Amino acid sequence: MPLEVKALLAARGVGKVVKSGASDLVILRDIDLAVMPGEAVAIVGASGSGKSTLLALLAGLDVPSKGSVTLDGEDLFALDEDARAALRGRAVGFVFQSFQLLPALDALENVMLPLELAGRRDAESAAKQMLERVGLGERLHHYPKHLSGGEQQRVALARAFVVEPKLLLADEPTGSLDETSGEAVIGLMFELNRERGTTLVMVTHDEQLAARCGRIIRLVGGRVESSDGRAVA
Amino acid sequence: MRLAVRMLGRDWRAGELRVLALALVVAVASVTSVTFVADRIWNAMVRDAHQLLGGDVSLQADQPWPREFAEEIARRGLARAESVNLASMAQANGQSLLAGVKAVTDSYPLRGRLRSAPGLNQPDAPAPRGPARGTVWLDERLTSALGVVPGERVKLGNVQFPVAAVLTLEPDRGANFFNIAPRLMMNKDDLPATGLIQIGSRVTYQLLAAGERKDVDEFSAWAKQRLGRGQRLESLENARPEVRNTIDRAQSFLGLTALLAAVLAGVAIALGTRRFVERHLDGCAVMRCLGASQSRLLALYGTEFLLLGLGACAAGCAVGYAAHALIVQWIAGILQVQLPPASPLPALQGYLVGLVLLLGFSLPPLIQLKNVPAVRVMRRESGAPRGGALAAYAAGFASLAGLLVWQAGNVKLGAIVVGGFATAVVVFVAAGWLALRAAASGAVARALGARSMAVRLGLASLRRHSRSNAVQVASLALGLTAILLLSITRADLIGAWRRAAPPDAPNRFMLNIQPDQIAPLGEFFASNGIPMPDLYPMIRGRLTAVNGKPVSEQDYVDERARRLVEREFNLSYSAGPPPHNRVSAGRWFDAQSKGAAEISIEEGLGKTLGLKLGDAVTFNIAGEPYSARITSLRGLKWDSMKVNFFVIGQPWALERYPTSWITSFRLAPQHEPLINRLAARFPNLTIVDVGAALKQLQAVLDQVIVAVQFVFLFALAAGLLVLYAALVATEDERRREAAVMRAFGASSAQIAGAQRTEFAAMGLVAGLLATVGALAISAVLARRVFELDLPANGWLWIAGPLAGLALLSLNAWLSSRKVLRMSPALTLRDTG
Ligand SMILES: Nc1ncnc2c1ncn2[C@@H]1O[C@H](COP(=O)(O)OP(=O)(O)OP(=O)(O)O)[C@@H](O)[C@H]1O
Ligand SMILES: [Mg+2]
Repeated sequence: MPLEVKALLAARGVGKVVKSGASDLVILRDIDLAVMPGEAVAIVGASGSGKSTLLALLAGLDVPSKGSVTLDGEDLFALDEDARAALRGRAVGFVFQSFQLLPALDALENVMLPLELAGRRDAESAAKQMLERVGLGERLHHYPKHLSGGEQQRVALARAFVVEPKLLLADEPTGSLDETSGEAVIGLMFELNRERGTTLVMVTHDEQLAARCGRIIRLVGGRVESSDGRAVA
Repeated sequence: MRLAVRMLGRDWRAGELRVLALALVVAVASVTSVTFVADRIWNAMVRDAHQLLGGDVSLQADQPWPREFAEEIARRGLARAESVNLASMAQANGQSLLAGVKAVTDSYPLRGRLRSAPGLNQPDAPAPRGPARGTVWLDERLTSALGVVPGERVKLGNVQFPVAAVLTLEPDRGANFFNIAPRLMMNKDDLPATGLIQIGSRVTYQLLAAGERKDVDEFSAWAKQRLGRGQRLESLENARPEVRNTIDRAQSFLGLTALLAAVLAGVAIALGTRRFVERHLDGCAVMRCLGASQSRLLALYGTEFLLLGLGACAAGCAVGYAAHALIVQWIAGILQVQLPPASPLPALQGYLVGLVLLLGFSLPPLIQLKNVPAVRVMRRESGAPRGGALAAYAAGFASLAGLLVWQAGNVKLGAIVVGGFATAVVVFVAAGWLALRAAASGAVARALGARSMAVRLGLASLRRHSRSNAVQVASLALGLTAILLLSITRADLIGAWRRAAPPDAPNRFMLNIQPDQIAPLGEFFASNGIPMPDLYPMIRGRLTAVNGKPVSEQDYVDERARRLVEREFNLSYSAGPPPHNRVSAGRWFDAQSKGAAEISIEEGLGKTLGLKLGDAVTFNIAGEPYSARITSLRGLKWDSMKVNFFVIGQPWALERYPTSWITSFRLAPQHEPLINRLAARFPNLTIVDVGAALKQLQAVLDQVIVAVQFVFLFALAAGLLVLYAALVATEDERRREAAVMRAFGASSAQIAGAQRTEFAAMGLVAGLLATVGALAISAVLARRVFELDLPANGWLWIAGPLAGLALLSLNAWLSSRKVLRMSPALTLRDTG
């Protein structure tokens, strides 16, 4: 299908079942979706509807019970765990609700980390530039615990964008922030997204925020209930 | 690689690696310092102990030594000295006295120094060589008995010699102090002129050699093959067992301490790495998200740890070297010996031990780190997969054990320590788990304080964490065990050791007391205000048969055994066992039972001659056979300087043989003049001064104890590190829980109380386990390795658990302060 060839990210028939005690718990059933390059997509749904689980599967952080995911032309689950990691390192940036900065590293080192892992020689200067871009040029050597939540999330944004990923995955990026700093972080995220032509998939339950994306995918009980904007497969 | 270096720097700054690095430094330092000391001082001390022989090896014969022996000594580049020993009358001032004459070459002694004084009761000084040609030296006893002063003449055989000095110390005098008359020392070149050596005179020719250990050993081997009748070779091992014992024990103690420090450091490293891994799980998951492969992560952390290990081991070697330099300075000051330079080998060994420790104990948890699932970034509960770690730990432990046993060079000691530790770990975890479950059971909770919210919370937490708490209690118990063990073994062992040769040990032996002299001797002692020492009967006899089979020295290969059989034994009789002996096997005979004769023998003699309980032995006493069955074995300490006998029989069976009496006693310095009066009153008595030998032994002991105590500090540090690592192991989790509880409105008092309850229970259990462990291990060590009797240690049953309780209560107080001072929000944020 020509659509799939062009899609940066595509899920086909993805389902996730986990064992809980004696019975099986179905978290996701038959998810199909495709995300075009440059698109901004919001995944919304009630708590427990399976948003985070879906995002983890799209990134290849977890393995689905069935179905397949194609990312940047590669069938994620045909690869082994290490190859998936390499693909993530190359093409995917992450922003999490709980920031996930390394507490032992200062802001600059946190941003340098993905560059260092990729073996980039210019890690330090690139990371500095990126931190300046998110407005933290003065806080390079501060540790996460001395930064406010909004500042930590900006460091996380810098870390996500510094490798110039094709796809940015965000899981409730403002979930731990108050309204003002959440607003600032979101503004920044969309700006960077536009600047670098990154594709964005964001999980949120903030309808206003979701409305700023080009498309909204609504999950209910582990199923795609509706997907406005362009239709999916 | 560069990333690994940077990560090392970052983790170091964050303080994540300090316990690990410190544990490594302590382990390596303790191992290297002991090896350095062993390498340098030890050889010097053994050499020093050789002064008690006068040389490194002593050859004795009743005929002059053939030329080839002296030539062989020269050929191997060894130093040589000779002496000729015989008994002769010395005459002066119209008196004549039997003197033990020793004629020496100028090179005598090869080890140790003679000391002499210009006159009686004048300060003495080391002498570079013995008497010059044409002069003699008399010891203090002979000088005062003959009433001569230096300058006056003494007649020996055909020649009159001027007395040049008073001989105050003869290093090898301690050996064979029985049958020793007062000493007259002369130059060997003067001997022929005296005409003392006639056919049939009893003369001992001694040849001494000394030099590099290797050359000495080779020469000894050469000489042993050529020994003929009446010739024998003495080395430290067979000539001075009490000194050898001291040195062996000290070596064991040092080895034990270094081993303990290393194993403890291993535990601290394992605990430290576990915490490191727990704190890095999130980071690893993030890195997996950012594209790091498993092998990349393993390589990254492996390199980081390896770099840390290389650095810490180097630091450990440096500390070990410095520590050894201190010990050396300390001891060498007393020893006054030239030390060989340090070789790099101990550093290499220490390095190796350090790296094996690090790999063995930190690789297993590190491997878990690489297996962290990336989805942990979304769901924190998906932790690291467990399992497989046990096998890895076992492999690490086994390789370490092998290395340590090899390094300590003492398989028995190594096996006891390593095996004991492994057992203790397993038992402690199991016992800790059971005890904590019991302590947290509903019944206890009801009994203790159903009304106190804090106590209930604490006990509930104890139950909830029973697995990780069991590990923590076991680690704490290990650390405490080591500390208790070292304090008992140190205090008790050193005490027992000192008691074996106490400063108030007898310094005089008196032999040859005739039965009719016992009463007058008692009066003499009483009139001088000295208590009469215990007298022991002594009968000389030769062993002729065992179980009806005649024995001769040819039946034995062992040199000591051959000499025992060749020589006459000193037998004694007594109704009960001597108070300073311990019956170690069989039962003390019934003195009244007039059936078949029974005897008790010293256990070492039994071992040497292959005699067992129930064997029938026959002695020839004054031409008559005396047969008896061995019904008990006795353990005794030859270094106690008390009168001891290989063989003790029933009075009724031995009384009828010709008997002389023997005793040992302590003579205070102010009573010294008494000896001359005693010798004048009872001229036939042989009075032997063993004070000098005792002093030498004491000095060796004291130096050794200093070295041992120093190394003890390392093991103590390692024990403390284990305690620390165990305490901080669960700190993060506790802080998080406390913060959550506070967030839900628990009061400070409730949280502090809950922590106190939990920690108190853990402290008591850990203390109790440590007490049991320390007592068990020290009992085994005392028995099996040090062969000393430890006193019972009742106080430990109180002190051990109290120490555990106090330690954890302190920790509870500190950690609850930390938690309570910080706002819950901050704590929660801090701990993620
Ligand atoms: N490994 C797992 N084992 C058991 N249950 C799981 C597992 N992963 C997810 N679940 C369950 O699946 C459901 C969906 O979880 P998920 O985290 O995807 O929800 P969500 O939509 O992100 O919710 P929220 O908005 O609260 O973050 C939840 O009920 C969760 O408890
Ligand atoms: Mg979620």
